[in-house]
Amino acid sequence: MASGKETSPTDAAAEKPTSAKAMEQPQWADGLKQLYDSVVEEPLPDSFKNLLSQLDVTDPDDASQNGNS
Amino acid sequence: MSVETRSASEKADFKRELTEVVPHLRAFARGLCGRPDMADDLVQETLLKAWAAQARFEPGTSMRAWTFVILRNAYLTDMRRNRFRGDYDETVAERILTAPAGQEEPIHLSDMHRALLTLPPERREALLLVGAGGFSYEEAAQICGCAVGTIKSRVGRARSTLNSMLAEGNIPQRSIGDDAAHRAILEELDDVAAGNGETAKID
Repeated sequence: MASGKETSPTDAAAEKPTSAKAMEQPQWADGLKQLYDSVVEEPLPDSFKNLLSQLDVTDPDDASQNGNS
Repeated sequence: MSVETRSASEKADFKRELTEVVPHLRAFARGLCGRPDMADDLVQETLLKAWAAQARFEPGTSMRAWTFVILRNAYLTDMRRNRFRGDYDETVAERILTAPAGQEEPIHLSDMHRALLTLPPERREALLLVGAGGFSYEEAAQICGCAVGTIKSRVGRARSTLNSMLAEGNIPQRSIGDDAAHRAILEELDDVAAGNGETAKID
């Protein structure tokens, strides 16, 4: 099995065409995506809902805010 | 002054797109700084900045890429102010990644996360953008304000580092409570901040 496994410590691995990428995905690559997706799929905390609903009150284009009571 | 005449529907579109991108901002921030509470603070800061800068958003372009630039800049700023110490999230420790059939040893999510957090920040963000966020090299380069080749190199180096760490189960305890390691991270960040963000800087 004299595979051409000798890799010089250059950036050669990073320069491979992207078409070859899918074939060399290690096991953890899927884990990285899972890590990301697990956060994306979390329900949004109320603090964000509150913040988003408050944004409309502070419209940056609208100088004539009538926020004073 | 130069008051943008943006229609109500444009503003509504912006708000809707910004809302849709929040889960992705949280995921990116979590990957960058590790701690969920700090990551969420970072996202809130990002949302406020994005909202304030919304006149500069070009409708039809990627809201995710645009807000990631803002989040990234906020992260780099906060990092230099020593707000984040690269701690990792203990609550993920018990979770196990689903391994493909035939794999003898599943990778723990905590190992994955810890390994990720030991990467130099510029490689970590490059890998997050491309490997987790699904951005192309070109998009990631725009977000980081650097050349496409630089992103490819960073992703390649990050991948080979993770390969050796996860394959050998040899994940260094870098960055946790270690002042020397923390200083090293900050120095790397200065390099990242100095070389990047020129073209992509938002604020």
